[in-house]
Amino acid sequence: MPRSQRFFVGRRDVLKSVGAAGALAVAGFPAIARGQSSGPIRIGMPTILSGRVAQLGISSRNAVLMEVDAFNAAGGLDGRKIEMVIRDSKGQPAEAARVTRELINTDQCEIILDAEASSGGFAVHEVIRESGHLCLHTNSETSALTADPKLHVPNAFRVARQGIHDSIAGGLYAAEIVKAKGLKRWMTASPDYAYGRDTTAEFVEYLKYFTPGVEVVGDTWPKLFQADYTENITKILQGRPQAFYSCLWGGDLVTFIEQGALYGLFDQVTTFAVNMADYTTLQQIKQLPKGIHSGNRYLKSFPALPSNAMWGEAYRTKHGAYPTNWAWQSATGMQFLIAAMRKTGSADGKKLAAALRGMTIESPFGAQGKITMRPEDQTIVDYAIGWGTTAPKEPYVEQMHVADWKRIYELEVAWKKSKGYA
Amino acid sequence: MDFDALGGCLTTASCVVTQLSAGLIIGMLLFLVASGVTLIFGVLGVINFAHGSFYMLGAYFAYTVYQLSESFILAALGGALGVMMFGVLFERLLLSRIYGANVLMQLLVCYAIVLILDDLAKILWGAEFVKMPMPAEFRVPPVRFGGGIVPVYYVVLTVVTVAIAVGVSWLMSGTRFGKTVRAAAQNKSMVAALGINTTALYVGVFALGSLLAGIAGGLAAPIRSLVPGMGVSILIESFIVTVIGGMGSIAGAFVAALLIGLTRAFGSIGFPLFTEGVMFLLMAFILLVKPSGLFGQREA
Repeated sequence: MPRSQRFFVGRRDVLKSVGAAGALAVAGFPAIARGQSSGPIRIGMPTILSGRVAQLGISSRNAVLMEVDAFNAAGGLDGRKIEMVIRDSKGQPAEAARVTRELINTDQCEIILDAEASSGGFAVHEVIRESGHLCLHTNSETSALTADPKLHVPNAFRVARQGIHDSIAGGLYAAEIVKAKGLKRWMTASPDYAYGRDTTAEFVEYLKYFTPGVEVVGDTWPKLFQADYTENITKILQGRPQAFYSCLWGGDLVTFIEQGALYGLFDQVTTFAVNMADYTTLQQIKQLPKGIHSGNRYLKSFPALPSNAMWGEAYRTKHGAYPTNWAWQSATGMQFLIAAMRKTGSADGKKLAAALRGMTIESPFGAQGKITMRPEDQTIVDYAIGWGTTAPKEPYVEQMHVADWKRIYELEVAWKKSKGYA
Repeated sequence: MDFDALGGCLTTASCVVTQLSAGLIIGMLLFLVASGVTLIFGVLGVINFAHGSFYMLGAYFAYTVYQLSESFILAALGGALGVMMFGVLFERLLLSRIYGANVLMQLLVCYAIVLILDDLAKILWGAEFVKMPMPAEFRVPPVRFGGGIVPVYYVVLTVVTVAIAVGVSWLMSGTRFGKTVRAAAQNKSMVAALGINTTALYVGVFALGSLLAGIAGGLAAPIRSLVPGMGVSILIESFIVTVIGGMGSIAGAFVAALLIGLTRAFGSIGFPLFTEGVMFLLMAFILLVKPSGLFGQREA
C-alpha cells in the first residue's frame, strides 16, 4: 500500500463516519432520554416537622412513606421508583413558599404533595400556580382553597377534609343535642387564622340553620400556637354559655383542654370540639374530660371497615403510635397519585391531573369504602364523617353519628351559591 | 372593642375575681422570667437573649424528672437547679468572654445558643410537643371566691411566685450579698479593689437569674405544651416587662408583669383584637415619658 494511501482519509470516509455517528446518535438519544425517564419520580413534600404541631408533618411523612415503600417494593412505575424529598417549613407560610420553590427549582421535583396546614397551604398554592406543577394538598381543610373559583388552579387538588363538610355534619349533629338539652347560649373559641375563622363561621351558620333559636353570645380567638389560654378560658366563663364550639387542634387543643379543666370549664359548658377525636390529641390529654362532642379525625374504629382497622394497626406497628387525621389524608393523597400513575402509565403532571379529575379509589377511609375526587372543584368527597362523644379509653369516641353525604351535598350547593362560588 | 362588656365585667364581682386572678397568673410566670433578664442586665450589663431558652430547658428538665420520679416537687426542683447549673456553665464558658463587647456580639452569641438549645431539645425530647401531667393533688375542682373561679394550681403558683419575689427583693436590698451586687453594678472596679471576688459575684447573679427562669419553666410544665422554641414568645414579653418596669429593678419587673397580665386578662373582654397592641403602646408610652422605666434609675 502506498504510504500516501495509508493515512489518507477521503471525503467518502468522512461522510461515512459522520453518518455512522449520526446513526448512533439517533439510536442513542432515545436511550439517553429513556435513561432520564427511568430515574426516580421525585415528589416534593413541604410540611411542618418542628414546633407545637410537628405531629402534623411527622405523621403525614410516616403515612406517605408507607405508601411509597409499598409502591416501590411492587416495582414502581415500569421500574421507576418514587423518591420523596421532604422539607420542614416550621409552620411558617413564607418558609412553606420558599421550600416549595426550592423543591421545584433545586431538587427538581416533578410533583408537590403539600402536607402543610392551611396557613402554609395557601402559600404553596400560589407557588404551584406560577410553576404549573401538579400539587395535591393533603392537610389544608379551609373550604375556600378549592371552593372559591378565584383560587382555582387546574393543577391543584385537595385530598383532605373540607371545613364546610365537617361544619354541615357538625351542625346537623349539634342540632340534635341542642334540641335534647335546650342549649340556646353558645360561644366559640377557635384559632385566629383562615381555617379557624372560616370553619367556625360555617359551623355557626349551620347550627343556626338547623336550630334557629340558638344565640352566639361571644367569641374568643387565640393565636395559632398560643402558649397560655387563661384569658380565653375566663372569657368563656364570663360569657356563661351553655355550649361552646372550638376548632383548635393538635398541641393547641391539648393545652386548651388541660388549662380549661383546671377551671372546671367542661363540667359547666357542653363542649363541641371538632378536632378532638384524633389519637395523638386524645392520648396526650392527661385529664381527658368525658362527654366532649367531637367529629372523627382518625379512629381505627371509624369507619368500621376491616381495611381501616388493618391500616391503623399497620401504622402503629411500624411507627409505634396510632395515625392522625393528617396521616390518613396524606396516605390517601399518595394513593390517588399512585392510582393515577398506574392508570396513565406516566408521571407527567398534566396526564396525572386529567386522570385524577373524577377518579374513585377503594379506600379504608371512605364512608362506603371508596373516596372520589370530585371533578368540578377538585376536592375529595365521600370520606367518612361522624360525630360522637369522647371517652377516656378505647375506642375514645362513643355513640358515633354517621353523617349523611346526600344532605351535605344539598347544603353545600346552597352554601356555594350564598358565597358567590357557584 | 367592646367597652360595654368590659364595663359590665368591672361591675361584677365574679368577673373581677376571675379576670384578676387570670391576670395574676399570666403575670406571675412572666415575672419569674423577666426578673432573671432584668437582674442579669442590671448587674452584668448583658442582655441575655437566650433567657427564653433557659425557661424552655427548665420545663423539659422538670418533665424528665417527673417521668423518672412522678414527684412534682422533685420535678420543679430539677427544672430550677438543672437550669441554674446550665446557667453557670453558660456564663463561665461563653458569656464571660464577651462582657464589655458590643450588643451585636452579645446578640449573636446568645442567638447561636438559642438555636443550638432548640435543636438539642429536638434531639433529646423530640420535635413534637410533650405534656407533663398535672400532679394528682392539683386535679381538684377550682376554688370559688366571690362568685369567681380560681384553679387550685394557680393559687399555689401565685403564692410561690409572690414568695420568690419577696425573697429576691430581700436578697437584693436587705443582705450583704445584695448590697455588694448593687455596688458592683454601680462600679465593678471599686468593688474589686475592696478585695471582693467580682467573678464569683457575677457567677452568683447569673446563677440566680437562671434559677428564676428554671423555676418558671418547672411551674409552667404542667399547664403548657412543651416544644422546642417555646421560649421565644415569653422572651419577647419579658423584654416588654423589663422596659416598662425599668432595667435592673425586681420591683419594677413585678409591677410591669402584673400590668401585662391584667391587660391581657381584661383586654380579652374589652379589646380582644388589640390586647397585644395595648401592651406595646404601654411600652412605647413608658419609653417616651420615663425612658428608664417605672422603677428604673436614670443613668448619672
